Amino acid sequence: MKQLLILGAGTAGTMMLNKLSKTLSPKEWQLTIVDKHETHYYQPGFLFIPFGIYSKEDVIKPKNKFFPKNSNVIFSDIDQIKPDENTVLLSNGKILKYDLLIIATGTEIRPDEIEGMDGPLWHKSIFDFYTIEGALALADFLETWEGGKLVLNIAEMPIKCPVAPLEFIFLADDYFRKKGMRDKVDLTLATPLDGAFTKPIASQELGGFVKEKGINLVTEFNIGRVDNKEKKIVSWDEREVEFDLLVSIPTNMGIKAIERSGMGDELNFIPTDKHTLQSENWENIFVIGDATDIPASKAGSVAHFASEILFENILSYIKEEPLTASFDGHANCFIESGDGKGLLIDFNYDTEPLPGKFPIPGIGPFSLLKESKMNHFGKLGFKWIYWNMLIKGKELPMEPQMSMKGKYIPESQEKELQDVE
Amino acid sequence: MPELKTLELDKDGHLANLDDWSPELAQDLSTQEGVGELNDRHWVVINYIRDQFMEKGDAPSIRKLTKQSGVSTKELYQLFPKGPAKKAAKIAGLPKPKGCI
Repeated sequence: MKQLLILGAGTAGTMMLNKLSKTLSPKEWQLTIVDKHETHYYQPGFLFIPFGIYSKEDVIKPKNKFFPKNSNVIFSDIDQIKPDENTVLLSNGKILKYDLLIIATGTEIRPDEIEGMDGPLWHKSIFDFYTIEGALALADFLETWEGGKLVLNIAEMPIKCPVAPLEFIFLADDYFRKKGMRDKVDLTLATPLDGAFTKPIASQELGGFVKEKGINLVTEFNIGRVDNKEKKIVSWDEREVEFDLLVSIPTNMGIKAIERSGMGDELNFIPTDKHTLQSENWENIFVIGDATDIPASKAGSVAHFASEILFENILSYIKEEPLTASFDGHANCFIESGDGKGLLIDFNYDTEPLPGKFPIPGIGPFSLLKESKMNHFGKLGFKWIYWNMLIKGKELPMEPQMSMKGKYIPESQEKELQDVE
Repeated sequence: MPELKTLELDKDGHLANLDDWSPELAQDLSTQEGVGELNDRHWVVINYIRDQFMEKGDAPSIRKLTKQSGVSTKELYQLFPKGPAKKAAKIAGLPKPKGCI
């Protein structure tokens, strides 16, 4: 009996287990999945918790609910992977052997990477919303906050869900407006990027929203330290931004076990072929989701599209055939813009988010890079799709490859893009 | 050696052609950028990012640079004030770093 081992039962790992268990013969392959948590978190929902839109119950379910029957599930931390010996050491002392390994261990926030970030103000006046603990603590704080300077800081790129910081600040604007205290809150976005977002056309569009909503934008701000005493963040080039409430997106890194195994880059992300999703260094190891170093967004939609490609390639690998399925870096993200509206962006390695229409059969077109109520409902509706279809590995009415259908290049950008070519 | 002002630049003001670069030109670029006289520590950074660029096709992130070159972030900002990633790339004759996604 051959062993297929999946490390990580988040979005990507759970999808892979569901897809593979339906296809691989249980007589030939034993599938095992390892995760440290027994709870599955709907991470896109964390964004809504600080504003009281979602509660804890909206975003948690037991992981066991989403595994196929008779799955071999182990709840334990991972100590170390030994890729040259085809074994994984677990923190509970177990040693697992594998023939084929899928690493889906994701990314985690590391406030300890920034001087003073995890100091006395952590979860007192400095909060994250990328963990359930951070999001809930921030919800408590906001409920009684009387206003002041709210600073949202992105420590360094890449981060999971690069649109989430913008969504947070748009929702914050809306939240304080509805509470009748927007005039008491000063909103600032301090980012290491040179604009509101990473991609030029979307950055321009989203930058417009930032301006319209009266949000201060501090660009090319690379945080060096947090001054807990004077409540300010200081950049490496000695610029200072004062805060009463700091919402931080700390450095995102792959898990420490990857570092202990000597398999990661400087951020513990694993060098991975961006098209086949095979590890660059070991041919019986595949990597999916936030754990890879591929130049795509770290997001559930990317993991979803990648899972269809990886599924094909794993079957090819098992049959000793060439890995012909190729991932294009496809991402598809709803962006909450406040006041019950949202935007949608759809892009891949080669094509940045463009305006236009995004057709989904049976549901209808969503507008791309443009505010609409429909996009907001799309975002809320996605929770149901996530729990009931996506992580169970069911087919969604979307192709893994990005399509140009409905998209157009704005005239003002067209010339510039041609100039570049 | 060609004069700096006669060389073709890209839209970010970086050298358009990698082959135009030389160590002497780096000094001219450094003066133009307000970085001043290049010392041994500047050259550790310049050589490292040039090697990385030739190997990977993009300049390394600051985190990678500080981890692998032995130059700390603090020192890096002293060497190339205000935006070391961009400044060092410009002086090293490389395009503006693509950065992230």
